[in-house]
Amino acid sequence: MRLLEGVPRRGLVLLAALLVVLAVFPVFASGYLLAVGFLILYFAYVGQAWNIMMGFAGQLSLGHSLYVGVGAYAAAALYVHFGLSPWIGLGASIAFCALAGAVIGFLAFRFGVSGVYFAILTIAFAEFARIGFDHFTWVRGSSGLFLPVANYAENDLWNLRGSPRMFYYLMLGLTVAAFVLSHALLRSRMGYYWLAIRESPEAAQALGVNLFRYKMIAVVLSAAMTSLAGVVYAFYYNNLFPEQIFHISRSIELILGPIIGGIGTLAGPIIGAFLLTGLAEGLRELMLQLGVEVPGVKQVFYGLCLLLVVIFLPDGVWPPLAKKLRLDR
Amino acid sequence: MALGLSVIFGVVRVVNFAHGEMMTLAMYLTLVLFTALELDPLVALVPIAAALFVLGYLLQLGLINPFINRPEHSQFMLLVAIALILVNVQLIVFGPDAQGIRTAYSFDSFQVGPLIVDASKVYAAAAALIVAAALFAFFRFTLLGKAIRACADNYQGALVVGLNVKRLYALTFGLGAACVGAAGAMLMAVIDVTPTIGPAYTLLAFVIVITGGLGSMMGALLGGLLIGVTEALGGVLFVPSAKSMFAFGLLVLVLLFRPQGILGKKAS
Repeated sequence: MRLLEGVPRRGLVLLAALLVVLAVFPVFASGYLLAVGFLILYFAYVGQAWNIMMGFAGQLSLGHSLYVGVGAYAAAALYVHFGLSPWIGLGASIAFCALAGAVIGFLAFRFGVSGVYFAILTIAFAEFARIGFDHFTWVRGSSGLFLPVANYAENDLWNLRGSPRMFYYLMLGLTVAAFVLSHALLRSRMGYYWLAIRESPEAAQALGVNLFRYKMIAVVLSAAMTSLAGVVYAFYYNNLFPEQIFHISRSIELILGPIIGGIGTLAGPIIGAFLLTGLAEGLRELMLQLGVEVPGVKQVFYGLCLLLVVIFLPDGVWPPLAKKLRLDR
Repeated sequence: MALGLSVIFGVVRVVNFAHGEMMTLAMYLTLVLFTALELDPLVALVPIAAALFVLGYLLQLGLINPFINRPEHSQFMLLVAIALILVNVQLIVFGPDAQGIRTAYSFDSFQVGPLIVDASKVYAAAAALIVAAALFAFFRFTLLGKAIRACADNYQGALVVGLNVKRLYALTFGLGAACVGAAGAMLMAVIDVTPTIGPAYTLLAFVIVITGGLGSMMGALLGGLLIGVTEALGGVLFVPSAKSMFAFGLLVLVLLFRPQGILGKKAS
């Protein structure tokens, strides 16, 4: 159990407790709460995937909706057109997204595009895909791709047609896997290379770290992981519109979690997803209770909360929290 | 409008993600002035630019200055939060419906050879050129303009010679915001406004500024022209709705081969 070495016991206990709570949660939860739970796990998972690129290797991507979208479309189109199971389709999703990530990474790192410029390059590619898919008639273009709606009474795991509860557990599995993978990566030689690149690319290069190769690995890995979230998204919501899935606000939405939670930390994306989704839904509920029905009020509060967090907790919520719980090493 | 973004980034080195949202704010102010006082958008331009200047100044002084030395993602979050608040306050105040204004010359047009051009667009373009020229002159010839350029060139150097960098930054952000304000007022003469058009314009401004060269004012003008022509040609030659693809394609090419932009200086 090399993976567990050096992890404080309190951390393990808390983690196990959280896992148990998440595992039994659907038994008690209503349909609404289950949907909220799914969203939280979804954001925790994509956040974790994005964190590999930004938090570990220090490459700021603002275009991750590209990978969600391409992943979702690849698997959904294969299912709709050929009846291929998403478990086969996700192979295509991963391949396409890894390729997209590789192309973007190759172009960016070969031509020395970095920092803000890299972030804008990723936006450009995502926007390019959005408009491209709008005119891609094989997947119905801007009128949207619809999956045949499932019969919720029966869980068909092979074709991913089933109840929200099934999707919840699927997402939970993915989130746990992503967490363990990130943990293992951070402990690996590559993880240390990434941190070195993040802190100082010049110094890392001087010590003989192959910058290009390790940045590429981070981008491709992050893209491939994100594509899986896209596949689940497609089969959970059963409809895909380029206008929605590739939109820049999606990219921003999915990176807020890890930033709020704490970039580069393992628990950050999860904490961030809990806080943000919880906050959004809580505000919705509060508005409902107060009978305020003006659109936009919720988002203003949401924006204010974000503002307060970035001003007062520049490293995110997790680092100070970890200190309090004495989980930092 | 891209000019404003370029000014802000070129000097303060903060990417203003709330740019489009600030512009819609200006558009709504134009709308209010027009409906309440019958003020022509091109006249309203002046008080609105002033109002946005104050907003930008306070924003930079109060919120953004403490973030100058923070990492990019932190600044980015801050501006996203500001953008979110701006959009939704507008949504609450003005509602989600598209609103436009009708000026006396809304339906006028000029005929230049075989081309027919809307009068509103011609006036707006002329006003844009005047604002650009004024800004250019300010940075080139006044002492304050020189001081701001000094901050942009060398932050520490400017500190050493005793410039109040924070105040100058606030001033610059105010100026950038004023440009956006002017742009919003002009745009209001041409198109309708809804609270949600902001992000699209933020993006467009990015494309233009980066193509032309971040921090270069001539670059912003050239980029605007280039992107405009690219989109128009793409729209004519292919499907109109795919026109933005060509703009983004151009952006990618520029980023790869000349990341500092067509007229940009090499990053220090």
